[in-house]
Amino acid sequence: MPSLKDLRVRIASVKATQKITKAMQLVAAAKLRRAQEAAVAARPYAARMASVLANLASSTVGDPDAPVLLTGRGEDKVHLLVVCTADRGLCGGFNTSIVRKAVADALSLTAAGKTVRFLCVGRKGYDILRRGYRNQIIDVIEYKGLRRIGFTQAQEVAQKVVGLFDTAEFDVATLYYAEFRSVISQKPTALQLIPAAPSELAQGEEATGAAGGDAVYEYEPEPAVILDALVPRNIAVQIFRALLENAASEQGARMTAMDNATRNAGEMIDRLTLEFNRTRQAQITKELIEIISGAEAL
Amino acid sequence: MATFHFELVSPESLLISAEVDEVRLPGAEGEFQVLPGHAPVLALLGPGIVEVKGGEAGAKRIFIDGGFCDVSQKGCSVLAESAVDVAEAGPRIDAIIAEAEKDAQLLEHAPLDEANRRIATLRSVRALV
Repeated sequence: MPSLKDLRVRIASVKATQKITKAMQLVAAAKLRRAQEAAVAARPYAARMASVLANLASSTVGDPDAPVLLTGRGEDKVHLLVVCTADRGLCGGFNTSIVRKAVADALSLTAAGKTVRFLCVGRKGYDILRRGYRNQIIDVIEYKGLRRIGFTQAQEVAQKVVGLFDTAEFDVATLYYAEFRSVISQKPTALQLIPAAPSELAQGEEATGAAGGDAVYEYEPEPAVILDALVPRNIAVQIFRALLENAASEQGARMTAMDNATRNAGEMIDRLTLEFNRTRQAQITKELIEIISGAEAL
Repeated sequence: MATFHFELVSPESLLISAEVDEVRLPGAEGEFQVLPGHAPVLALLGPGIVEVKGGEAGAKRIFIDGGFCDVSQKGCSVLAESAVDVAEAGPRIDAIIAEAEKDAQLLEHAPLDEANRRIATLRSVRALV
């Protein structure tokens, strides 16, 4: 049975923790709003990009000169998994759920006889992955000091990925991130970057089909030249979108996690307070009994 | 006067979405103008100034650092790498030029020529701002 002093110290410590989690929740809520706005603002660009790319890709179908980034090298021996996670923890299952999805895919790819490599964007993904896959991690990219993720960062990642592809380090690249659904729901998602995912292009095609009709486009300069410039940029845009979605998801996950933590701390304080009062009362009763029985004995 | 829908988007945000009379764009192979009913074109844009005239948006001049333009029956949309209003573009262009010059030092032959051309274009744009 803990003494009264122990209980008092315990309650004070839980209260301090609750204050921290409460503050973190509020900070996450404020950051979430900004991150969400950024993610929403980036959507039109990504959508336009997809439709333009689909338009171009359909005009170069079967062209042997089409960029390899779009069509791939026709092999899929080495897979690169680009795992985007947060740089900080304390956000519930956010980081683990992304990594778990990537690792599950990595295991099935390895079982199918493929080689798997990782590129970590974000500290936490690296921390988890290095336990079992240290030798397969190519590089880690961190943005810890950065207040806000800009397009430049996405371009850096894209350049790295394209550079690795050019030196034939891998054949297929897949991007892992958490899609922001709502504050309480973030879905770990895999998106094929290289070769450009056919499903994504098909969606874009529907969009242009509905909007632009069958108009014959003029190209300036030739489609192949535009495509050469556009495909790497598309990779940067997709990575940028993933990073923004991730940022919003991270704050959402942290908000929920901290809300839970605050509530749990509240429950714990209630329980400890009850125990404290009971112990105090028991002690008083005990003292009274001692006094009375002492008096009766005289 | 007839108008058409014009959109200017950068990766960070949607900058303009309005009905306009006329747009002037810095194409990679020369400046061109888009009027209502323009034939569908997909063009690469170089660094330069996008000029928007008339319509809801009023006259606007915006500096873009390259991008794409997609003209269809639906309208014209520009996907810019980065976009700044001309009034505030000076320092930004200077920064881009400085970076381009730094990168150019590592290049030679054809890529160097291309980089130099880009720097020259940026300089002439800077002079206009």
